[in-house]
Amino acid sequence: MSFRHKHILGTENLSREDIELILETAESFKEINQRDIKKVPTLRGKTIINAFFEASTRTRLSFEIAGKRLSADTVNISGSTSSVVKGETLEDTAKNIEAMAPDIIVIRHGHSGAPHYLAERVDCSIVNAGDGTHEHPSQALLDLMTIKEFKGKFDGLKVAIIGDIAHSRVARSNLYAMTKLGMEVRFAGPGTMIPVGFEKHGAIVCDNIEEAISGADVVMMLRIQLERQANTLLPTLREYARFYGLNPEKLKLAKEDAIVMHPGPMNRGVEISTAVADGPQNVILDQVANGVAVRMALLYLVSGAEMVEE
Amino acid sequence: MSMLIQNGRVIDPANNIDDTLDILVEDGKIAEVGKGLSAKADEVIDAGGKLVTPGLVDIHVHLRDPGLEYKEDIVSGARSAAAGGFTSVACMPNTKPVIDNQAVVSYIIEKANKEGSANVFPIGTITKGSKGETLAEMGELKEAGCVGFSDDGGPVTDGEVMRRALEYARPFKTTIISHAEDLSIVAGGVMNDGPVAAELGLKGIPWVAEDAMTARDVMLAEFTGGRLHIAHISTRGSVDIIRQAKKRGVNVTAEATPHHFSLTEEAVRGYNTNAKMNPPLRSQEDMDAVRAGLADGTIDAIATDHAPHHVDEKNVEFAIAMNGIVGLETALPLTLKLVDDGVLSLNDAIAKLTSGPCQALGIERGTLSVGAVADIAIIDPDCEWTVVAADLVSKSKNTPFDNWKMKGAAVQTILAGKTVYNR
Amino acid sequence: MSESNTVILDHAGVKRALTRIAHEILEYNKGTENLALVGIRSGGAHLAEQIRARINDIEGVELPLGAVDITMYRDDLGSRGSLPVGKTDIPFALDDKKVILVDDVLFTGRTIRAAMDALMDFGRPNTIQLAVLIDRGHRELPIRSDYTGRNVPTSREEKVLVEFDTDNAPIEVHLAK
Repeated sequence: MSFRHKHILGTENLSREDIELILETAESFKEINQRDIKKVPTLRGKTIINAFFEASTRTRLSFEIAGKRLSADTVNISGSTSSVVKGETLEDTAKNIEAMAPDIIVIRHGHSGAPHYLAERVDCSIVNAGDGTHEHPSQALLDLMTIKEFKGKFDGLKVAIIGDIAHSRVARSNLYAMTKLGMEVRFAGPGTMIPVGFEKHGAIVCDNIEEAISGADVVMMLRIQLERQANTLLPTLREYARFYGLNPEKLKLAKEDAIVMHPGPMNRGVEISTAVADGPQNVILDQVANGVAVRMALLYLVSGAEMVEE
Repeated sequence: MSMLIQNGRVIDPANNIDDTLDILVEDGKIAEVGKGLSAKADEVIDAGGKLVTPGLVDIHVHLRDPGLEYKEDIVSGARSAAAGGFTSVACMPNTKPVIDNQAVVSYIIEKANKEGSANVFPIGTITKGSKGETLAEMGELKEAGCVGFSDDGGPVTDGEVMRRALEYARPFKTTIISHAEDLSIVAGGVMNDGPVAAELGLKGIPWVAEDAMTARDVMLAEFTGGRLHIAHISTRGSVDIIRQAKKRGVNVTAEATPHHFSLTEEAVRGYNTNAKMNPPLRSQEDMDAVRAGLADGTIDAIATDHAPHHVDEKNVEFAIAMNGIVGLETALPLTLKLVDDGVLSLNDAIAKLTSGPCQALGIERGTLSVGAVADIAIIDPDCEWTVVAADLVSKSKNTPFDNWKMKGAAVQTILAGKTVYNR
Repeated sequence: MSESNTVILDHAGVKRALTRIAHEILEYNKGTENLALVGIRSGGAHLAEQIRARINDIEGVELPLGAVDITMYRDDLGSRGSLPVGKTDIPFALDDKKVILVDDVLFTGRTIRAAMDALMDFGRPNTIQLAVLIDRGHRELPIRSDYTGRNVPTSREEKVLVEFDTDNAPIEVHLAK
């Protein structure tokens, strides 16, 4: 049982065994978060740079806490990735960061593929904390850890992922991971938000939320970007809430013991009603708690990965 | 100065010639074509085992000169052409400034004549400044040497402007070249829309963007009777639209690029910016349709859309990388591969690189007729070689074919009776 | 399997050693007051259970038992890679306890150092005492055991393996070259 990935770029290139190892490791690390002294010396002397080129509060916080609880030195930098802003290239930025000899760069970037670009150009480990509309592997892994805690298994579970699938890196990372773990993944959302040809990747695309939710073990609501309604993808948030928002009536279609997930931050009254968001089936804060443990596991595993290039 | 090329397999599709023949060149012109020529010549070339064809003609290149010489210039572009077996190229007008006045046309032709290793035929803009608003002075530009008109790099979005361009160009007997793309459907996409784009999280360009504009321009050509040429067609739908239009007698021709008949959207995986181009690499189905269009004559010409870009413009995140690849030095073997794949006969393959493009734009080249300018390519169809991007003659090295094993190469390129390239 | 493999402590020997260690712990600490056992995963944790059972047999007292996984406290991540991280489970307060730390084989002392660091993160024990089944020498840190099953002279290259059955009870100890 060894971990061979120097970088965590996405769930697409993780095997079922890799995912299981990450989750087992995360379970062991989770215990630290309940201690009085929430710190172990595992990554003492390692330097982790959280390079967030796109706004993020909780993911950055989660990675930072994960690094600090493992005794790594964590440094945050932020910037803009607007293609309009000319200046230093991403490669130059990365080389400059690398010249300061970090061990891991955790990167959040507005362009799909930016972490892959860096992984080809720097020597340290790259952990993708969300790239464009591509992947967000740590989010999918913390979702899986939460599902396992509540369901005890993966094989055969039915998962409904609802919302803006096309622009969701959470949806992609979950799809790739969940299909490897034997889960059935159903997507539903406005027609403008379902990517062309996604069935080929093993997803079942449903025409409406009711069809997707029926008999589901897990209902995952995606955050709707409020500005989407301005750019032809949505008429109004009101209509979105009516057809694609989750409320207690729709949730009744799912299995009685179904759990409700959301990657946050929630738009109450849009994709999720307050009654559901605060209801007994929501596991949203469990997701956040597991986020720290999963990220500790990822930082630990890439630090000691056998040096086999992906 | 005379030259005798002996024993080659002469393929001259314009004259339906495919035979082992000798060619005598005198004073830069084809003096004689026949068997066992015994004339004395200053230079005798044994072309045994080789193909002897008209110098290849690429009617879609970007030479980036004037204004963007850090990517390519007329000299380096012409040398790249010669290395690929091309003796003539038609250069697109999206330079800085654009080719919308006589002065720029003269600059290009003079620079090409003085230093170049290939004929350079400028293509003028359809509209002033390539802005899509008012027509450029096509009459005078044609007189100055332009062989066609295009706002390439982008479409003529306004339907009436395109209609008027076709009407205005008609009596000048010149061709309007359409970069067929409905930008409102492209809407910021960066690769073909489909499962690969969905997987990579990149915004897709649906085939509809190309088909819709191809349909509009073909119908405008039908309505106006103007001469239309569709550049770099990449979709199944566009091939079908042109096939049907030709059956109805519409005055339309079309070209396809080697990358669109050799690669699919799969090449983008890994966020390979050298697989980013416009139109984008499409699906397998589209690639097969382009090949079928070449085979049945719907597509008249193979043109490279040679688009040099500096490494700094490609060595960036995929979404902000420039579109396009260099193509002059890889077009010939990729076209010959179509012969190996059974898509085209050897004669047809050579036609798509010589007579086909010349007829599309009315360029007086592309044959080995007696009296024609002696632009000749001597091709070794069995020469096996590996593409090394860094070794390309072009100033830019942006090719998706790096490390590809190729078969077939120009071993000697002759421009008006003078050797401009020797492998 | 290595070239040679000899049994250095047979089943009866293991049982006698553990029983003696249990007696020594009770004797030294004058009973079971404030005593607790923490085994190092995985071998030490199994042995700690054995010692607890013996103390229960002798004194009729069930000592608090915990297990510590020292992977997070290792100092060789760079050279040995990411070993699987096990769970640490100490279901009682360590403060003011007399902790008997149990391991199967005492070698360089680095594992014990790591285990002590881990224990300190959970509280402030009154004392930490060390019980091991085998002490094979070659210490790299100033650490010694308080209760030792057997001292076995070894060379650095040899391996000492404590074999357990499917119920995690020790069977015998091998020396492999």
